[in-house]
Amino acid sequence: MALLKPGTVRILCICTLALFVTGCSANWGWYVVDPTTKTGMSNLMFLLGGLRYTILLSVTAILISIVVGLLVALPGLSNNRYLKLFNRTYVEFIRAIPILVMILWVYYGLPQLGNIQIGVFWAGVIALALSDSAFQAEIFRAGIQSIHRGQYEAAQSISLNYTDTMRFVILPQAIKRILPALGNQLVYMLKMSSLVSVIGMQELTRRANELVVTEYRSLEIYTILVLEYLVLILIVSAGVRWLERRMRADERG
Amino acid sequence: MREKAIVTQVDDAAAAAPIIEMSGVCKWFGEFQVLKDINISVATGEKMVVCGPSGSGKSTMIRCINRLETHQKGRIVVDGTELTDDARNIGAVRGEVGMVFQQFNLFPHLTAIENLMLGPVRARKMSRKDARERAEFYLERVHIPEQADKYPGQLSGGQQQRVAIARSLCMEPRIMLFDEPTSALDPEMISEVLDVMTELADSGMTMICVTHEMGFAKRVADTMVFMDAGEIVETADPGTFFGSPRSDRCKRFLQQILGH
Ligand SMILES: Nc1ncnc2c1ncn2[C@@H]1O[C@H](COP(=O)(O)OP(=O)(O)OP(=O)(O)O)[C@@H](O)[C@H]1O
Ligand SMILES: [Mg+2]
Repeated sequence: MALLKPGTVRILCICTLALFVTGCSANWGWYVVDPTTKTGMSNLMFLLGGLRYTILLSVTAILISIVVGLLVALPGLSNNRYLKLFNRTYVEFIRAIPILVMILWVYYGLPQLGNIQIGVFWAGVIALALSDSAFQAEIFRAGIQSIHRGQYEAAQSISLNYTDTMRFVILPQAIKRILPALGNQLVYMLKMSSLVSVIGMQELTRRANELVVTEYRSLEIYTILVLEYLVLILIVSAGVRWLERRMRADERG
Repeated sequence: MREKAIVTQVDDAAAAAPIIEMSGVCKWFGEFQVLKDINISVATGEKMVVCGPSGSGKSTMIRCINRLETHQKGRIVVDGTELTDDARNIGAVRGEVGMVFQQFNLFPHLTAIENLMLGPVRARKMSRKDARERAEFYLERVHIPEQADKYPGQLSGGQQQRVAIARSLCMEPRIMLFDEPTSALDPEMISEVLDVMTELADSGMTMICVTHEMGFAKRVADTMVFMDAGEIVETADPGTFFGSPRSDRCKRFLQQILGH
């Protein structure tokens, strides 16, 4: 309960209540996911089983995209125009590609390029990470640029080199400032991971689709899917807020 | 490393040789010339106080000495090393020169003692234990050993500036530069910082201070420098400077600043 704010809990209660009320009307057939029956329970478990892949996919992708984003952001902050050009080209190019197109290209296109095999999971991770890395690069650039010049000067005056200045002085402060934006990206990533269902990744959306094909109860099954994303993202948001509060408490002022 | 040690010894032997020498230094920001033919020479142990109206180029001048600004013409030699684009020379000079800023520029995400330890640990490759001992020593010297574990945001302005001075001292520089160290402070905190600076001066440190604290200047300075519009208008010992300044510009400035 410490993690979930009262407001969040209230929203969840209202949603559940609304479902319960409408669920009593004749148009709904909750039996497909009724945990008291054997098939209902196994259907529910099948749907919930996708959670693991959605989370694993999103978290792996965002970790990679943070690293790539940082590596792309740093040249953008230098005074060298070729390094700057690299940064701009990367960001503009990647940002222009729709995520779904990126997934198709990585999964169906890329293997033909080098005669390599990429599994569904890694194709999804690469596509999501690539797409996201352009946004991460922009977030990092803005965050690093927001740090006052005096911090660099103080670091230089005590003889820190570039790497140490970034690692111990600039990035810790920049990351604190961009934490809300990073949290947003994670939420966005969790939602966009649903697109990886098109290449057969067994995450939340794919499983819901498959179940609908056999059970014909799209309303109930997709409602469960909505709730799955809703709960997942509310928890993540609460976690990010908690982290922000903790990091701020470190400093005060 | 060894070469440099020898150079230092030679310098010490010829005590009169200046530790900082700027000759014919010019600098432009775009079209605007900030520094016009600056010539100064500071001997080891000398205390120089620089004053002048706002925008006259005082900050820019002292920032050139540790290469926070690059000059475009003339020569700057610090402790036998000429400042050029050569990163090794810049590194060598920054190792000898400490700097204190008007806005303190402490690292807000680190405690006072971590602020002090960062340079020794990362740039000097000191062990954390030795660095901590050194940091405690210098916090003691600026009279705030009890604030070691506080974050800058939890300290008063005067305390923050003293932490900043201690952070510079932790690198054991031979020269200290101060850029209006007390102008961002509330009046009641100015003296605690000036006291620390006076003690530092008494310990024999070579110092260049940009400040308008004329009481401090009279007490500490060996040389007074007055700058206006990018030029050094007057250089004199404090007696002459305050007693009988030669230029009108300097007279007017002193009247304004001492009149208040
Ligand atoms: N990065 C910069 N780009 C362009 N102009 C600059 C820059 N830094 C300083 N200047 C200009 O150079 C002149 C000298 O600035 P400087 O900061 O050295 O003056 P100062 O004597 O220290 O003044 P103050 O007492 O206000 O600190 C000013 O006119 C200022 O506007
Ligand atoms: Mg200034």
